[in-house]
Amino acid sequence: MIRIERRLRESRWLVVAVPIGSLIGAVILSSIILLATGHDPLATWQRLLERGFFSEGAFSATLVQATPLLLTGLAAAAAFRMQTWNIGAEGQLYLGAVGASGIAIALQSQSAALVIPAMVLAGLVTGAAWAAIPGALRAFFRTNEIITSLMLNYVGGLLITYLIFDSHSYWRELSTFTSRVFPQGKYLSPSAAWPSLQIAGIGVPFGFFIGMFAAAGLWMLYRSTRFGFEARVIGDSRSAAHYAGIRTRRKIVAVMALSGAFAGLGGASEIGDFRHVLDPRGLQQASFGYGGIVVAALARLNPFAVIVVALLLGGLSNGGFSLQGADFPAGLVGTLQGLILFCALAGELLVHYKIRLGRPAGVSHKPADAARVGAA
Amino acid sequence: MRGITKRFPGVVANEQVDFEALEGEIHALLGENGAGKSTLSNILTGLYRPDEGEILVRGNPVAFHSPRDAIEAGIGMVHQHFRLAASFTVAENLVLGHRDAADRGFLLEPRVIQGRVAELARRYRMPVDPGARVWQLSVGEQQRVEILKALYRGARILILDEPTSLLTPQESKNLFETLRLMVAEGRTVIFISHKLEEVMAVSTRVTVLRQGKLIGTVLTKETNPRQLARMMVGRDVVFTQKKEAVAQTERDVVLDLRGVTALSDLGTLALQKVDLTVHAGEIVGIAGVAGNGQRELAEVITGMRRLTSGTVSIAGRAMRSGDPLAAIQQSVSHVPEDRMGTGVAPSLSIADNLVLKSYRRAPISPQGWLRAGRIRANAVDLMRRFNISAPGPQTPTRLLSGGNVQKVLLARELSSRPKVLVAASPTRGLDVAATDAVRGLLLEAAARGVAILLISEDLDEILALADRIAVLYGGRIMGVVERQKAVVEELGLMMAGAA
Repeated sequence: MIRIERRLRESRWLVVAVPIGSLIGAVILSSIILLATGHDPLATWQRLLERGFFSEGAFSATLVQATPLLLTGLAAAAAFRMQTWNIGAEGQLYLGAVGASGIAIALQSQSAALVIPAMVLAGLVTGAAWAAIPGALRAFFRTNEIITSLMLNYVGGLLITYLIFDSHSYWRELSTFTSRVFPQGKYLSPSAAWPSLQIAGIGVPFGFFIGMFAAAGLWMLYRSTRFGFEARVIGDSRSAAHYAGIRTRRKIVAVMALSGAFAGLGGASEIGDFRHVLDPRGLQQASFGYGGIVVAALARLNPFAVIVVALLLGGLSNGGFSLQGADFPAGLVGTLQGLILFCALAGELLVHYKIRLGRPAGVSHKPADAARVGAA
Repeated sequence: MRGITKRFPGVVANEQVDFEALEGEIHALLGENGAGKSTLSNILTGLYRPDEGEILVRGNPVAFHSPRDAIEAGIGMVHQHFRLAASFTVAENLVLGHRDAADRGFLLEPRVIQGRVAELARRYRMPVDPGARVWQLSVGEQQRVEILKALYRGARILILDEPTSLLTPQESKNLFETLRLMVAEGRTVIFISHKLEEVMAVSTRVTVLRQGKLIGTVLTKETNPRQLARMMVGRDVVFTQKKEAVAQTERDVVLDLRGVTALSDLGTLALQKVDLTVHAGEIVGIAGVAGNGQRELAEVITGMRRLTSGTVSIAGRAMRSGDPLAAIQQSVSHVPEDRMGTGVAPSLSIADNLVLKSYRRAPISPQGWLRAGRIRANAVDLMRRFNISAPGPQTPTRLLSGGNVQKVLLARELSSRPKVLVAASPTRGLDVAATDAVRGLLLEAAARGVAILLISEDLDEILALADRIAVLYGGRIMGVVERQKAVVEELGLMMAGAA
C-alpha cells in the first residue's frame, strides 16, 4: 500500500536533494521517450547541455531567454509571497514594452544617458499601473485578483496588436510603402539600445543586471523592512493584519504594483536589450509572463533562487531551439521540456509530503494536531 | 481498549492506555490539552491506528482500518469542529456517505428520511428542522445534527469531543439532558472534556489522562473536583486567585463609552447606546450569553469595528472609530476571542508575533529597517518573563498549544504598557494550569493600573476577577453591579434579559 502523508517538518537537505532527484527522474523518463523514438539519449542530452550552456555563444543566447524569465519570476515571487496571486505578469510585460518603446520613440534624438533611464522608468511605471488595476479591485471591491489579472493579459495582448496592426498609432511605422502594407512597429534609434556588459566573453544583457539587483532588493524588502513585515503578516492572516493595525488595502495595491513593476521592467528589457521595436507577435509567442510563474514556483519564491531557475529554464528553452531539425521534431523538444518541468514540480510534493510504503504507522489528516501534541 | 500506544514523530501521544466504558454510562475522559484524549478517541473511531494494543467491542477484538469500520461497529463520534456539508439540509447530511434501506438504489427519498430524522429528534429532545440547510443553523443546532447523524447510523457508543466548548450554558444543559436519555436506553457516551464542573455534573465515571498516560478511573460520586484536578495536573490546583477590591472613586476613568451604538456583520443592531466606564486598576467583567454584543463591544473599543453613534474615549481623549492603529497608538491592548486566527499570524515565528504591534516603532525598526537582533532579544526576554514554553523564538506560532499561544498574546499585549486591556474569553479552551497563569497575568496587570475589560461567558471567572460586573443582553447593558453585592441568580436573570 502506498500512502502520502504530510511532513511535519521540512528538513533542509530535502530542499536540495529533491530538485536533484527530480532532475534525475526527468532524465530517465525522457531517455525512455528518446529511445522509443529512435534517438540516442546520451547524444541528445549532450547536445542540449552544450547548446544551452557550454558551446560558444550558448550562454549569451541563454541569457536572452533568462532575462525576461528572471524579471517575470521576480514579479510572481513578489506577489505570491503575500498570498496575492498576480497571474498578470504577461500583460504587465506587454505594457512595460509599450511604455518603454513609446518613451524611446519620443526621445529618439536624445542621448543614451537620457533615453535608457527613461525607458527603465517607463517600463516600471506602466507595468505597475497595469497591475494596480486588479490590485485596487481586489483591495476595495474584493474581486478575485487571479481572474482580473489573468483577463487583463488578454486585454494587454489585444492592445499591442491594435497599436501595430489595427491602427495608425504612434508606435507604428508608416513612413515606407511596405510598412503600410505589412504593418510593423517603429524601430528605435541606436541610442535606445541597452548596453550589454561583457563578462568573461559572455554578453550579459543590461536587463539581467538590473534583474539581479532587483532580486537582492526584493529579498531585503521582505526580510528586513516594515513593508516586508507587513506583507508577511497579511500573507499569513488578513485578520491578524487588520488586528495589528496594518493598512491591508493600501498594501495589496502596493504589492501588486511592485509585482507589475518587475514584469514591466521585463517588457522594457525586451525592447531595449533585444527587440528594439514593439513586436506584438514575438512578445505574445514567448509567453514569458506565464513562464515566470513556473520560475517563481520552482524557486519556492526565493528571489536568489529565481535567478538560478531563470538561467536553467532559459538554457533549456535555448538548447531546445537548437535541437530542432529535420530528424528532431519541435514536438519532441516540447515533450522533453515538459517532462523536465513536470518532474521538477512533482518533486516539490516530496518536500512537503512523504510517501510511505506498506502498513502506515499512522494516518493523520490534521498534521498540525500531532505537532501540537509535541509542543504541548 | 487495552494497552494502547500511539507515537507521533517526536512524541508519544498515548502510552499503554487501558480504557473501558460500560453500557448505559456516561464515561468522562478528562485531561489537559495535549494529554492524549483526542488521540485516544481518534484511535477508537478508526482515524488513527494504534502502534500497540487492542480494541474490543462487546468482548470481540476489532481492527479498524477506516472510520467506516468503526461506524459499522456502532461507534459514532461528534468532533469538536463539526464535519457537516453546510449547503446541504439536515436530512441530507444524515444520509451522506451512509447506505441503508431508506435509499433504495440511486435516488434519495427525502420524505422518508426527513420523517425518520424528525422521529429521532423528538425521541432525544433535540429540536431541529430536518429540511433546514446546515449553514442556517446555530452552533448548538449543528451539534445536534452531528449527534443525530451518529445515532442515525446506529451508534451504540457515542464519543463527544469537548462538546460544550462552543455552547451557551443553556445549550449545555439541554445537551446533558439528551445524553442522559441516551444512556437510559443502554447506549454508552464517552465525554471528552477538561472542565471539571461539567464532568462532575454529567458523568458516571471519570478516566483521567496526563501526558499520554492513564492516571486512573474513578466513580464520579466518590470523587470531587479537587481530586480530579490533582489527577489531571499532578498537583493541587484550585482557583484561589481573587482580586483585591480597589477604591474606584480615587482612580481616574480610563475607558469611557458613551452612547455607543454599532452594527453586527449582518447589519443588525449589535450594540445599543452602551454607557460604560472602567477606572485605572479596575477589572470590569462583561457577563452574558454569547451573541449578545460581546464581540462587537470588544471590537469597537479596539478600533476593529466602526461606531454608528456615540464615543469611545481613552484617558479623556476620544478615539477615531474603526481604526485599529488609532487604538494601538492610544495604548489599547486587545486579547481577541479568536486567538489563533486574529490574535497571531499563525505561520510566523513567535519572535515575529511578539513584535506584531511594535514593529513600526523605534527600538524594533528605527528608520524603517527591522533589527533582527532586537526582535530576537525581545522574544527571548518575553518568553522567559511570561513562561512561554517552545523550542525557540523562531518556532512557528501555530505549533504551540493553546495556553502558550495565549501567553504569547498576553506577553505582547501587556509588555506594551497599555492603559486599557480588552480581554475576550481569555481562558476559553485552556487547561487548568494555563487558565491559572492567564488569570494571574490579568490580576498583575490590574495591580499595575491597567483598566481591564474582561468579556467572558464563564460567570465564575468574572466573579473571581472583576470588581464590577456589567451584564450585556441584546446589545444593551442590563445593569452594572459591584462584585461584593452581586447575586448569581440576579445576574442569571439579567443574562436572560428578564431583569
